[in-house]
Formats: sequence, C-alpha cells, structure tokens
Amino acid sequence: MSTYQIAALGRGSTRLGRLRGLIRGRCVLIVAGSVVAVTVLTAVFAPLIAPYDPNAVDPTAVYQPSSSAHWLGTDDAGRDILSRLLYGARSSLLAPALVTLTAGLVGTALAVSAAWLGGWYDRLVSALLDIVFGFPGLILAVVVAAMFGAGLTVAVVTLSVAYLPFIGRVVRSAALRERQLPYVSALRMLGVSGRRICLRHLTPNLLPLVLVQIATSYGYALLDVAAFSFIGLGVQPPTAEWGLMVANGSTGILAGRPEQSLYAGVVIVVFVIACNLLGGSLSQRLLGDNR
Amino acid sequence: MTGTHALLEVKNLHVTLTGDRRRRTVLHRVDLAIPAGAALGLVGESGSGKSLTARTVLGLLPQGARVEGEVRFDGRSLTAMAPAALRGIRSHEIAMVFQDPRAHINPVRTIGDFLTEGLVTTRGVRRAVAEARAAALLGEVGIADGARRLRQRPSELSGGLLQRVMIAAALLTEPRLLLADEPTTALDVTTQAEVMAIIDETRLQRGLAMLFITHDLALAAAVCDRIAVMYAGSVVEELPSGHLSDAEHPYTRALMASRPDLGGPGKKLTAIKGRPLSAFETGPGCAFAPRCPDARDTCTTQHPALLPAGSGQAACHFPHHPRAAAGAAERSTSDA
Amino acid sequence: MPEHTPGAILEATGLRKTFGDFTAVDDVSLTLTPGASLAVVGESGSGKTTTARMIAGLEQPTTGTILLAGRQPPGPRARTTERRRFAQHVQMVFQDPYTSLDRHQRIGDSITEVLALHTDLRGSARTARMTELLEQVGLNPQQAISRPRSLSGGQRQRAAIARALAVQPRLLVLDEAVAALDVSVQAQILTLLQDIRRQTQVAYLFITHDLGVVPHIADEIVVMRQGRVVDRGTTTEVLDRSQHPYTRALIDSVPRRGWKPRRRPATPT
Repeated sequence: MSTYQIAALGRGSTRLGRLRGLIRGRCVLIVAGSVVAVTVLTAVFAPLIAPYDPNAVDPTAVYQPSSSAHWLGTDDAGRDILSRLLYGARSSLLAPALVTLTAGLVGTALAVSAAWLGGWYDRLVSALLDIVFGFPGLILAVVVAAMFGAGLTVAVVTLSVAYLPFIGRVVRSAALRERQLPYVSALRMLGVSGRRICLRHLTPNLLPLVLVQIATSYGYALLDVAAFSFIGLGVQPPTAEWGLMVANGSTGILAGRPEQSLYAGVVIVVFVIACNLLGGSLSQRLLGDNR
Repeated sequence: MTGTHALLEVKNLHVTLTGDRRRRTVLHRVDLAIPAGAALGLVGESGSGKSLTARTVLGLLPQGARVEGEVRFDGRSLTAMAPAALRGIRSHEIAMVFQDPRAHINPVRTIGDFLTEGLVTTRGVRRAVAEARAAALLGEVGIADGARRLRQRPSELSGGLLQRVMIAAALLTEPRLLLADEPTTALDVTTQAEVMAIIDETRLQRGLAMLFITHDLALAAAVCDRIAVMYAGSVVEELPSGHLSDAEHPYTRALMASRPDLGGPGKKLTAIKGRPLSAFETGPGCAFAPRCPDARDTCTTQHPALLPAGSGQAACHFPHHPRAAAGAAERSTSDA
Repeated sequence: MPEHTPGAILEATGLRKTFGDFTAVDDVSLTLTPGASLAVVGESGSGKTTTARMIAGLEQPTTGTILLAGRQPPGPRARTTERRRFAQHVQMVFQDPYTSLDRHQRIGDSITEVLALHTDLRGSARTARMTELLEQVGLNPQQAISRPRSLSGGQRQRAAIARALAVQPRLLVLDEAVAALDVSVQAQILTLLQDIRRQTQVAYLFITHDLGVVPHIADEIVVMRQGRVVDRGTTTEVLDRSQHPYTRALIDSVPRRGWKPRRRPATPT
C-alpha cells in the first residue's frame, strides 16, 4: 500500500487548487480583517479610548517625545498625537466609505441599466464613464474645489464621481455577459418585466462583484481623501485627520521631530495594505465560488 | 482477463479527497486490467468516479488526495513513482483526449504550434520535419488539408475538427495507452460517429491500448473489447462487450434499457428511478440497492464483492441472466 | 398574411433568418396541432436552434410569418405586458441546465415568481400549486428551498420544466433539452416529458441532433441541413423508410447494439 501526492496540474485539479487558495486566503483574511476591524472600532470608540481631547492645545508641551503621559508624543501645538490618530480615524475612514458606497450604488445602477437597455443609453453611459476614467481624480477635485470651495463634502462628492468608472465599467461588462445567459431569456419569455429582471435577478448575481470592487477601491479612496486633506482641499484644520496630520507634521520634520507625519503615514499605509488584502481575499472567496 | 501481461493494471484502488473540511471517499474499490493493444470501456453516470480513475492513473489528482492500492503500467508501479518519472510516462507513453478540446488548447497559438511544440522542444526534431509529421497525422485523422490547418487557430475550427486535432496530438508522441475521457460528449451524433471511427481505426492500426471513459454503454460497446461498469466509486461489473446482453448486474441491465435509441416504435424506454449515489454516500450494503428492482434484505446490509459471474465478474448478491428475467422479450426486439 | 388553419397552435411559414451575409434559416415551414410533438433534427449549423428561437420569440425572422394560435408573437423587443400575455402560448426549455436557472434563486421561488405573474393564486394556494408542479416533474417538494448549485443536471432540467409549466403553455420548445445529460438521465427526462404531454395536452417542438431520442418523444420529424428542411414525415416513416441520404447518415450515427462507428465520405467542413 502506498500513498502519493502530486501537485495540482492541469485544469481538472482546480477544485483542490481553489481549496488551497481558500485556506491561504483565510489567513490573509484573518490578519487583514483584524487590522480593519480594530481600526474601525477605535474610530467608533475614540472618545472612550483617547487619553486626551484631540484639540486640546498645550503651549507648554510642544514637540514632546513619547513618554508615559503622551505615548506617541505631542505635535507643534502640544496636542496628544495618539489621541489625534484615534479621533482622526473617524473622518479618515468615513469619507472613503461614503465615496465607495456612493460610487458602488450609482455605478451599479448605471452599469446594469446600460447593459440591459443598450442602444444610445448604453453608449452614453459608457462614454461618460470613459471620460471620467480619463480624468485624474485629484485634478478633478482641484477644479471642483476652485469652483465650490474646499471642504470634506466637496471632496467626497468629487471623489464619488471619480470612482464611478472603477465600479461601473467592470460591472457593466459583467452585466452584459450575465444578460446573455439563458435564464434571462427564460424570464423574458415568462413575462417578467425588465425592471424586475434587473433588480431581482441581474443585480443580486452581480452583487459579489460589486462588493469586491467596493472593497478594493476603498483603500485607494482613503489615500485620495488623505491626499486631498494633505494639499488642503479636504478636511480643514483643526479637525484631526490622517492626511492632514501628515501635512501638519511637515513643520515638525524641519524641527527634527518627524513623529506626527511618521505615525500618521504608517497608520495610512498599514490600513490601506490591510484593505487591499481584504479586498483581494474577498474577491477570491466571492468570485471564485461563482466561476 | 487479469493476465500477467496487462499493460495497465489497477488493483484495489481506493481514493479519498479532502473536501471543504471533510475527507471524502471518491473511489471505493477499482480493479482494472488492460492488456497491450486492448480497449476497455469504463462506463458510469456522472459522479460514479470514472474520470477520477483516469486521473489517478495519470497521477493528476489534486493535492491532499490519498491513494491506496496500486496502479501498474507495463509492470512499473505508477503509485510509487517519483513525480519526474511519472511526467516522463505521461508525456511519452500515455496520452489523453478530453471532453472539451477548447479548454486544453491555447486559443492564440496556431494548430501547428500546438502540434509541433513538444517534438521541437523536448525531442529536438527540426521544425520542418515536425510540421510534415503533424500534417501527415492530420491526414490520418481525416483532416485532408493538413498544411492549411496547421496555420489556423483553434477558433477557426469546429468542435469535431478540434477534437481530431487533439487525437492527432495524442498520437504524435507514439504512446502505448490512450486515455479518452468522454471525447465525444460535446459533439453532435454524426461527428461523434466519425471521431469514434477515427479513434477506433488508428488505435487498431497502431496496436494502441485504450481506456475509454463514457456514460454511454452502447458507444463503449462499439469500440471496446471489454466493459467495466462503475457505480458510486466501485466497479460493479466487468465483462466482454459482446456479452452485454447477458449482463449479470441489474445496474448494467438497467443502463442498457435506459438508452434512448432507434429500437423501433414498440421499444419502451425504461428509466432508472432515483438519482445515482456518490461514493461518499454509500452505506454498508450494495450501493445500487435503493434503485434496484430486485433488491432483497441482504442487499441493504452486506456489501457485495466483485466475483466471477457469467462471462465476466459482477458485484451483486443475486446476479442472474436476463434471459430468465421478464425483460427478455423487450431486449430481443431491440436487438433486431 | 397567410391564412390561419383552424386548430393549429403553431404555423410557421417561409421562415428565413440571415445574419449579415450568412443565411442561418432558409424557407422553413412548420405546423403543430394541440398536443402534437414535432422533432427538428439536424447537426450544429443546420439552423434548428435559430428556428426554435424565432418561434419562441427570442429572434425576429428576417422574412416569413409565425402564428401562434392565430396570433403573431411579440418580437424580441416587445413590451413586458405583451410578452406576459403571450407567455402561455409558448415556453422554452434550454440545453444547459446550469445557466437556464438563476443561480441565486431557490427553485421554489423561481416557480412562485411565475405563478405570481400569471395566476390569481396567493399565499398558501400559490405554495400548494408550486409544490404540485415540483411533484409533477418528479422533484421532492423539500427541494423547493434548494438553490440550483445543490442540484444535479437532471434535477435542474426538471426544475426548468416545472417553471415553464407554471404558465400552462400550449407549446413547449425543448432546445436540446436532454443533450447535456447522461444517457441514463436522458431516459428519465424523456419519460417525464412523455407523461407531461399525456397529462396536459401541451405540444412539443423538440430540437435535437440525436435521432436516437426522437422515437421516445415525437410523432413527426423534420430534418434540417444548412438552414433548409431536407426531409420530413411521421417518426416511423422517416426512421424506417426514408430514402434521403442525409437522413440515413443521421440514423447510421446513432449508437446501438451491434453498431460500429464509420467515417462519413468526405464532406466539406
């Protein structure tokens, strides 16, 4: 009696190959998921966890190094950096969430209706998505901010539009494939309305893809919101926000105290990496099952 | 015919796979023997384990598969062989033809690239020589304008033509065993007849042995010397294909009766009730007992062993000749 | 407009369909009476599926007319209300049971969705009718809560048949409805279709490449090749007495006892 194992080769072995990916994907999912979950929890419970008021200015304790009183030290106005990071999670996380959810909702609605109706409407939607896709989000935001003034609302609305193509283009091509499937013909012959086919059949079947697109865009949206705040077009001081903290810390760098920029930068990088890993792992799990 | 000279011998094969958390038995017990130059039809419904048997022979099981028992090719044990040696056997001595040729060919390369790549890169044959050989082989599988076809891409060929290209590719390495896994299931019946004729002729000309996997008993009988019928991960009957009408196992007989064919207007189609069990669902008794018209108490409690019966072997507690059974009249009309 | 034969539920006259320069269907005429069963047999590329899709209203004929119970079917771009009114004239069962059901929808829901549109049944009466339909196609009522992925190919095809029967159609177009199934499961579905036709008087238009299944499902046969009808007659006439060489070639390619596969004389492909 002998036992042998041979690595998966060729097409027929995809089932176990996928299983291996799932296990590996699960470790990533746990680590990335924990980072995201902890960050979200700190945002929600910031008032309970933060040792200081994030906006409490203390001219006597400017640029303090880390100590038992201020774990991560203080900034140029003597504010506690840890408290500002914790509170900063709130606007830093919420703004990209609004961006991706709006883009996801509107993008899916546009994509499914375009794929279903076809004709001039589809061409119009595709053209608009292509035009927006060609525009760098930041430049779009600068133009809009010049017209309507800076601020978080303008940033979120502009970025929502800028992110439409990331959801819309992918979902539209998937919806075009989906509507060719025989079950759609069967539903039409049974007299089911186009509206109902779109809402009750096509969209639920495309939902995993939409979720994956939202999850993978989230990290980028967070970077973009932070970049907005960094160049002064997003969140306005003195509100605590990660991008703003990086910008604000630049004066400290010259003074030989880079802590604020450094910590805020590290938090952004770690969180964005975790988001992207989570998105990738979601994509493997959700879409791997359906294909 | 489990002679000592069998080219391929499968003994006591038992395979488990790791599914979503659980280990599942996919093959309970498979014994097969194919002498050099002979053809065996491995027949069963979806999920009976027939394709997995072929994958086990080739060592193409997914990771985490546990194989017990033995697979011997030309006296060498494939189960104990190092992966590199196994790859050698796969590329030189055993060739495979699959159900869906389009999934096994690179859509952006030409037919010529596909056919000659192996010869040029691993055997050092000159490109012009390899192309001439490929074109000649295409002629042999019924593709007349081989030289033109070599420059075409898979998308320009119909399913039937592409399957012939796959057969040519399988023959190119001059293997000794051909594994054909449902090679005609995706084709029209007319194309099926043609592709099967090509497989049959070239096989006989070259003295190639074949393991032919199909769900169609009549098709297997037409091109194979012997038939092994699988059900729920075990071989339940093994017999010469000429003796199918004297099948001992009720499952084999039920499969025969359920084949839609041109048996004349009087021929009634008898479907097997219920659904086939998977190997991991089987209980202590005979796996076919829940669907068997002749099942008795013993059948649900005791597992039948594969024992000599009639002109072959059958795993049934109560094998009997259909001539004695009620369905005899029906069968003789369909013979006419 | 051709005259309407009283009693016919399907009259297709002079159907022709072109895609660009390619003529997929050329001058095909078919008639079906209530409860009849007609098989359209041909290889891939014979135009049989395009013919079926035109009759089902999924394609618009380039020329020619289709009358279903004397009325012209709505085209593929027709409004929902028109299509809904026409649903009980013709329904279709597709070849691939893996894509003809919505993969996220439970089997029971796919049937009640149709019942909600086409019947006055509400609440428990609707559920009872759904259960009845599942039983009619040989599915266990407990499978109402199954999603397609947990069913076998044969079970999915049964579910697709139940969904089509929910509108009580007078004509069911079966497009290679057993081709993707194991031989043993083909027998089950063919027997089921025989029973349903006896019980409900539904007519079948059975599209297939396999003449072997035809005697078990159809009374009449139309043989198509390269878009044209080349042979037609009752099932016995065609299978036993047809002199048409192409029909003979189709008959000869059906595996059976004592059959040997043969190469056809070279035909241009």
